[in-house]
Amino acid sequence: MAQPRVGRVVRVAGPIVEGEGIEGIEMGEVVYVGYEQLLGEVVRISGGRFSAQVYEDTEGLRPGEPIVATGRPFVVELGPGLLASVIDGIGRPLKMIEERMGPFIGRGLRVNTLPRDRRWEYRPLVKRGDELGPGDVFGVVQETPLVEHRLMVPPEVHGVVVDAAPEGSYAVDEPLVTLDAGGSKVELTMKQEWPARRPRPYAERLPCKTPLITGQRVIDTLFPVAKGGTVAIPGGFGTGKTVTLHKISMYSDSKIVVYIGCGERGNEVAEMLEGFSELVDPATGRPIMERSVIIANTSNMPVSAREASIHIGATIAEYYRDQGYDVTLIADSTSRWAEALREVGSRLGELPVEEGYPAYLPDSIARFYERAGRVKALGRPERFGSLTIIGAVSPPGGDFSEPVTVYTLRFVGCMWALDTELAYRRHFPAINWMRSFSRYAEEVEKWWSENVSPEFARYRRKALQILSLASEIESIASIVGESALPDEQRLVLLAAEVLREGFLRQVALRGEDTFCEPVKQFWLLKLMVDFFDKAYELVRSRVPAEEIASLPAVHVMQRVKEDERGVEAVRELYERVMRDLKGLAEKYGVSGGGRE
Amino acid sequence: MSDLLERALHRYPGKMYRGASELRGSLLVLEGAPDLAYGEVVRIYGEDGRERLGRVLEAGVDRALIEVLGDVEGLSTDVLVKPTGSTFKVRVSEELLGRMFNGRFEPIDGHPPVVHGELRDITGAPMNPVSREHPSQFIQTGVSVIDGMLSLVRGQKLPIFSVSGLPHDLLAAQIARQATVRGEGESFAVVFAGIGLTRDEAGFFIEQFKETGAIERMVAVINLAEDPPIERLLTPRIALTVAEYLAFDMGMHVLTIMTDMTNYCEALRELSAARGEVPGRLGYPGYMYSDLATIYERAGVIRGRRGSLTLLPIVTMPGGDLRHPIPDLTGYITEGQVILSQDLHARGIYPPVNVLPSLSRLMRAGVGAGKTREDHTYVADQLYDAYSRGVRARDLARVVGAINLSERLRRYLKFADAFEQEFLSQGFYENRSLEETLDRAWRVLSLLPEEELVRIPVEIIKKYHPSYR
Ligand SMILES: Nc1ncnc2c1ncn2[C@@H]1O[C@H](COP(=O)(O)OP(=O)(O)OP(=O)(O)O)[C@@H](O)[C@H]1O
Ligand SMILES: [Mg+2]
Repeated sequence: MAQPRVGRVVRVAGPIVEGEGIEGIEMGEVVYVGYEQLLGEVVRISGGRFSAQVYEDTEGLRPGEPIVATGRPFVVELGPGLLASVIDGIGRPLKMIEERMGPFIGRGLRVNTLPRDRRWEYRPLVKRGDELGPGDVFGVVQETPLVEHRLMVPPEVHGVVVDAAPEGSYAVDEPLVTLDAGGSKVELTMKQEWPARRPRPYAERLPCKTPLITGQRVIDTLFPVAKGGTVAIPGGFGTGKTVTLHKISMYSDSKIVVYIGCGERGNEVAEMLEGFSELVDPATGRPIMERSVIIANTSNMPVSAREASIHIGATIAEYYRDQGYDVTLIADSTSRWAEALREVGSRLGELPVEEGYPAYLPDSIARFYERAGRVKALGRPERFGSLTIIGAVSPPGGDFSEPVTVYTLRFVGCMWALDTELAYRRHFPAINWMRSFSRYAEEVEKWWSENVSPEFARYRRKALQILSLASEIESIASIVGESALPDEQRLVLLAAEVLREGFLRQVALRGEDTFCEPVKQFWLLKLMVDFFDKAYELVRSRVPAEEIASLPAVHVMQRVKEDERGVEAVRELYERVMRDLKGLAEKYGVSGGGRE
Repeated sequence: MSDLLERALHRYPGKMYRGASELRGSLLVLEGAPDLAYGEVVRIYGEDGRERLGRVLEAGVDRALIEVLGDVEGLSTDVLVKPTGSTFKVRVSEELLGRMFNGRFEPIDGHPPVVHGELRDITGAPMNPVSREHPSQFIQTGVSVIDGMLSLVRGQKLPIFSVSGLPHDLLAAQIARQATVRGEGESFAVVFAGIGLTRDEAGFFIEQFKETGAIERMVAVINLAEDPPIERLLTPRIALTVAEYLAFDMGMHVLTIMTDMTNYCEALRELSAARGEVPGRLGYPGYMYSDLATIYERAGVIRGRRGSLTLLPIVTMPGGDLRHPIPDLTGYITEGQVILSQDLHARGIYPPVNVLPSLSRLMRAGVGAGKTREDHTYVADQLYDAYSRGVRARDLARVVGAINLSERLRRYLKFADAFEQEFLSQGFYENRSLEETLDRAWRVLSLLPEEELVRIPVEIIKKYHPSYR
């Protein structure tokens, strides 16, 4: 390891500190700045001077104070102890900071991401003489009751096992396996380090075909994301980005969730912690916190650490992906991260291009979303993992034509476009069904067909048609008045209202409608689409739309999602609706309507 | 050098720098002042013999950049600059209660400066998110639209977005006067930050606090329109340092009113322009979001401590535009917003709250069974839904005529009128209990057919709907 070298501060401007006097300093090298040893990273070198972005508040720092270079890049500690923790933007557990400093965060505190005093029950999977290569699993630890942690040989290491510790309890930095790597010895511990900004390698990239089930109907049914896919969720303030992301982090069927609160509210982190400790995994009864890592760089914490938090989150997520798990990485909000890039860029005097953002903004965004995917991991035994990335985007003025939104949409496979109008009407999730898209819809159709119903895709398309037809009719109605519309069109409006209120709108934060099983999603969809089809036949045979609208079952369709009997209640209602329509058909002496 | 400077030089021993290389607006550039720390407060003596404070914006071995607090009139490049060795700090103690200060924390109430208490940095340190308690204590403000649909909770930051000429000051004063925590009856200590106010505006608030006797439980930090704009950047931070002390050290429930945050943002823009920074939207600096967040995020509740800090900033929207960077960035930081409408005001409705774009994000945590009343959230949801339909019906009626609306839409139209007259509108001195608020809500909702109330569970309708009671 390189010797520490010492230089001095020559200029302080906010989070950027200029220094001099260190030979051979490198880009990306970690430095400790000032008497308080604030953590920083070198971001520019020119002439004999260099600039570092400092991840802590620099107030009170003076020219002449020392800067110590470490010769190491900015790395993340990976190993057991990550799950169930809340770390800040530079990887320090916030609980430990609280223990040492109380409820306000002071400066210059160094704490390891992984606690050293904690011991883990280790079960070895290799013995002397075994040959190990990158990614091979050499042992396991039950990290939490929910997750088995697979200890892997770091990506660049090969060798033959010359020493292997027996089963027992160990701390993360104790040697467990010693490898002879062509003469030199390498010791493997539970902990490994990885440069935060470099994606972790894998053996092979695979297509993404399984949907991430979120339990949110508008997402799963209309705009699904595949495991390993990427999603952007743009929306003005208060349109529901955070609530949607919280729900996904709580209910979706991924094994591991890494949640980055990037430049957002402290109270939201507190709320999330409460939620994650109360909500239990149905299979094991354990709190879902035990499968989650929360990274919190709230908006009042140092801006430069905001930039780092995204990379730390992605690295941790990839690490669990490599163990063979389905991981969801959520970043709320990527716009704050982009703003951090902008701020650091402008303090370095870089030339701004669009709205002050540096020219490398699109590259940085692309590189972040590129880290998603479904992969075959390195090493043995064979493991498949996925990393799904969902990023909130907070466009200024809710205007989707600003740079961060525009570039993000270029690189993601799915967009849930949040709509201010819908939010004003308290239609949540306020995902605009006309503006959103998903390139995964077709890829995951097969899954729905095999696991739920072969008819699913047809119903989905039909529902989308009704909704889009209704929005055309609405714009006509706003000119001529609803009473001037023909009955067929009124029926379309009615069916769309039933879909909106009874299917798309899903506001429950607890109780039956919080999470909707795929089968129930299908039945609700079928109920509403078949209702429309049958009713449409009736209307064409001159049954007044008014008669259909006043069927009591129409109102029940809008509430049945909340019925505690779940899909049973939907099936029952289906029978009732069909009976009622048949009754109307008989009353008007027309064929059609109801079940033939 | 003038005599005055000469004398100052002798009067204050210790290190001093003489002569600036540049004076640009309120910025002073010093060559060769390597001992100044980033953020350090300095004393500046001009040829006019006056002492001013300044703050180091950029420290460096060859050059330091200083923002001059106080007015720069009469200042030239011939100055003396004396380091204080410290960042901007204020003294906090119980003595603060009942006091008034300016934006440099000098008393403006004729009493002597505060001498006791601990010195605290006005920047404050970020609250550790794991130490926060998620706010969930309902505050009854006695204003129906707020209690019923936009409930405020202890530790929340909820701004009022307004336009000059609208009664946002009245609303803020009414809330400060009436706010209580249900069942406790304990009133709030008020910290008032006046930023760039006219004397009349500042006077109005002080009168209001006097009238209710709140003055004993109040601290005011007031920067007037005629005071130096640069001090507007300190005013809210001083107020919040005081508020944090009262809340988290003394265990009080503190309501902090900050008005007008738009003046704060203007001052920030001015400073940024003077520094020659790359301007963001409409000239506001790119870091305005982070800067505002270091103010607003100081609200909250800490686990295991008694007090709370609730923030009620007032933001006047330039041009009445919600998308203007000031309200926009504020909305991205705060936990909701209360938006006032010129249209409602013109129709004589007080408080003229436009509920549809307004929101209280912490409402759900603070209301409902066991906290307020079990029907609260449902009623609020239904009011939103019905009123938004009513407003759309009203818009439609303007185009096609009310006569061409369906029977159903006509009902919603009627609902919207009743909602505005009987629920929304109330007197400046009218303090409604939560029960009264919810009962009024039910009364207007009962104008709609029962089966339209799809956002309220049937059991709740059976229990609270007027036709069952
Ligand atoms: N799915 C939902 N169900 C019920 N209410 C919701 C839902 N989504 C959003 N809301 C309501 O909208 C409010 C704002 O949502 P949220 O905080 O998620 O917005 P946001 O888009 O993250 O805003 P910001 O960009 O300012 O952080 C919530 O407090 C809640 O009242
Ligand atoms: Mg949010």
